[in-house]
Amino acid sequence: MTPQPKLSLRGLCKRYGALVVTDDLSLDVQRGTIHAVIGPNGAGKTSLLNQIFGSVTPDAGSVWLDGRDITDLPIHRRARLGLIRSFQIVSILPEFSVLENVALAAQAKAGSSFRFFRAAARETVLNDAARLALAKVGLTTVETTIAGGLSHGEKRQLELAIALAAQPGLLLLDEPLAGAGVEEAARLIGILRALAGECTIVLVEHDMDAVFALADTVTVLAEGRILASGSPAEIRQDAAVRAVYLGDTC
Amino acid sequence: MTLLVIQALNGVQLGLLLFLIAAGLTLVFGVMDFINLAHGVQYMLGAYLAVAAASVTGSFFLGVILAVLVAGGVGLVLEWAVFRHLYGRDHLDQVLATFGIILFLNEAVRVIWGSAPLQLAMPAVLSGSFPIMPGLHYPIYRVALIVVGLLVAAGLAAVIQGTRTGMRIRAGASNPLMIASLGVDIGRLFRQVFGVGAMLAGFAGALAAPLLSVEPGMGDNLLILAFVVIVIGGIGSIRGAFVAAILVGLVDTLGRGLVTDAAGLLLHGTAAARVGPALASMLIYLVMAAVLAVRPAGLFPAVPA
Amino acid sequence: MRLPPSVPIFLLLAMPLVLPLGAHAGYVFDLGARIAILGIAALSLNFLLGAGGLVSFGHAAYLAIGAYGVAILDANAIHNAAVVVPVVLAASLVFSLPTGAVALRTRGVNFIMITLAFSQMVYFAAGSLADYGGDDGYTLTARTTWFHAKPLATPYGFYATCVALLLGCYLLCRAMVASRFGRALRAIRQDRQRVQGLGINPFSIQLTAIAIGGMMAALAGALLANAAEFASPAYAAWQRSGDLLIMVILGGAGSVHGAILGAAAVVLAEEALGSVTEHWRILYGPLLVLAVIFFRGGLAGIGRPKG
Repeated sequence: MTPQPKLSLRGLCKRYGALVVTDDLSLDVQRGTIHAVIGPNGAGKTSLLNQIFGSVTPDAGSVWLDGRDITDLPIHRRARLGLIRSFQIVSILPEFSVLENVALAAQAKAGSSFRFFRAAARETVLNDAARLALAKVGLTTVETTIAGGLSHGEKRQLELAIALAAQPGLLLLDEPLAGAGVEEAARLIGILRALAGECTIVLVEHDMDAVFALADTVTVLAEGRILASGSPAEIRQDAAVRAVYLGDTC
Repeated sequence: MTLLVIQALNGVQLGLLLFLIAAGLTLVFGVMDFINLAHGVQYMLGAYLAVAAASVTGSFFLGVILAVLVAGGVGLVLEWAVFRHLYGRDHLDQVLATFGIILFLNEAVRVIWGSAPLQLAMPAVLSGSFPIMPGLHYPIYRVALIVVGLLVAAGLAAVIQGTRTGMRIRAGASNPLMIASLGVDIGRLFRQVFGVGAMLAGFAGALAAPLLSVEPGMGDNLLILAFVVIVIGGIGSIRGAFVAAILVGLVDTLGRGLVTDAAGLLLHGTAAARVGPALASMLIYLVMAAVLAVRPAGLFPAVPA
Repeated sequence: MRLPPSVPIFLLLAMPLVLPLGAHAGYVFDLGARIAILGIAALSLNFLLGAGGLVSFGHAAYLAIGAYGVAILDANAIHNAAVVVPVVLAASLVFSLPTGAVALRTRGVNFIMITLAFSQMVYFAAGSLADYGGDDGYTLTARTTWFHAKPLATPYGFYATCVALLLGCYLLCRAMVASRFGRALRAIRQDRQRVQGLGINPFSIQLTAIAIGGMMAALAGALLANAAEFASPAYAAWQRSGDLLIMVILGGAGSVHGAILGAAAVVLAEEALGSVTEHWRILYGPLLVLAVIFFRGGLAGIGRPKG
């Protein structure tokens, strides 16, 4: 008997008018793996992430996390079950300091936000958790900087630190390497690989080298459907994939 | 039955008046993303100018025409002096600055014309009433108001659907960035929309003057009603403003009768007579809350959600 | 260490309590109490607006709710604050929770307008209270007491109470803004989905903020009724909600103490312009326009480096 998957999608469908973005899609993501989702532009990758995250409701089908149906749960309830997402367009809180951005995630993880009197900035538990996450992504030196003033690369690191501090069970990453230089990409890949020990990751990414270096399993989407799914080696060999996808990039 | 018909006609007439005000408000908001609280004082100004111009020229119709032109001029002056500095600013800043203009114009009117209500006599041609059904007479002036209101609504719809400027306005309401990138002279488009909006509000004030007492602050409540209209209708949508204006007009007029009657069934006479009107005044706000609870962007949002 | 700007503000407010005022005492206490009461109302709106980004254009509704709480109990010969205050706070919750829940479905301008609509409902509802004066308002028979003590009976006591309550509300707001709750509230204003994605429910945080802000403003309304010994539907008028917004923005929505400065500035400006001409609004309106156009960041932003 196979172990229970971390995430299961069953018969997911989503259409906008005549445009079908997710077409009867079923997928299992195994616990503790990095599962990459690739595909040409318009294949429905981000839309799929949105449906897992909860910002888009599927027209049909269901989403299961740890064997529990979360299809109808709002975003914050999913997050409390450990489903955390980082965004393609970095969405840090621009007015907060770097530390406060991460401390908020630690606060959300630590439970109640309904505490009205003690100054949150002086809660060592939250600050310690935040600093730990910042250390992992290498942002320790800028913790007092206002996040809106960070460089684009630093924002991407901060985005990861926020996700880390939330201690995800399942982390959805939407193009975490988009726009990163070679050196930066290498560092981010290192961070992600270290993360893989702690949680399950679903990764949408365009950088094929990164995908094949990181992923345990690769799923190829085209027009809202799964074209192929397997180990990186299998996907490299798959003729259909080569034809529609790898063919026109390589 | 006759009472109901009369009230329904009054409701349509109030709705059309509201539409004249709300049309400018919703376009200014939709195209320029500008909240203009001072739109209500434009209506008041229209009424005062009509009174003043009619007494100078001796003609109601000349008075109305002059009032509309001057109201439009005042709108353009305000746009030039104040509003254009506020485009692109926070909505809150716009609310406060235009609130300041309300305070100023309400007081200015008080200084010029005094606090006592003024009257504008109806033109003789439009006085008297008119049999619209057997046994049912309706004032000619109100019939004329309905006809004029419908004509303006149709004219606006034709301009917006059928002309180049209308196309730009529609594009601006649904996608402001796009028209900026198309090389349209935004400043000119804004002035056109603003001037027309101010003229329509002034026109509404001038038309309402013979039916109401003309006094300082008369625009304030109508402004709130007009906002209710554009929020129910969906901001930036002329069609939404029209539907919502008629809806609000009908709910307000018919509601007053019905709620007072209903209160009469539940309460004793005097209490009902006092509670009824107040409850009826709340009715449109309840309608608005209900619409927004179900459709947070209004009935016909210009920007699809 | 730099002195927090609230210290001189409260020292200034405490001065009339210790200085000999002679014949001016009544006038000073009266004016000061108005500043303190409107300061509480502005603080509460600032909590929603500055921290939460919730632009309520109907905050005056709570002033009327507080004032009518006092009036209705007064008509039933209940004056003890131990009853009046809980009733007023509970009444504000009865209003804030359902209307807040509906209003929070909307965003941006529609939020501004729906809060306005709800306050108009309070305005008309107050006018329909035929047993409490209807549109004409209700004159209190006595001010609120504390068991057998009557702290509000003298101008000195009334002013001292108002300043003490203002200080309490200020400290409370400051603590809340810095707390976990305030952090979540400030974060939601910046990026709602980000915060939700971390597991915090934005709706319940914002609704709680609305409830807290409403209670504080209702308290101010209760004081307002006591100050004038009168409650009227006009307390809920939309122009008054506009006044409160002016205080918050003029003071600077980014800081907690700015609201108090804004309230003081508006009350003193009305007083000063009012002594020049009875048509003071003809000066006040353009001043407001100029302030908005040229004076960004508010009073609390003066002397602070631009950034």
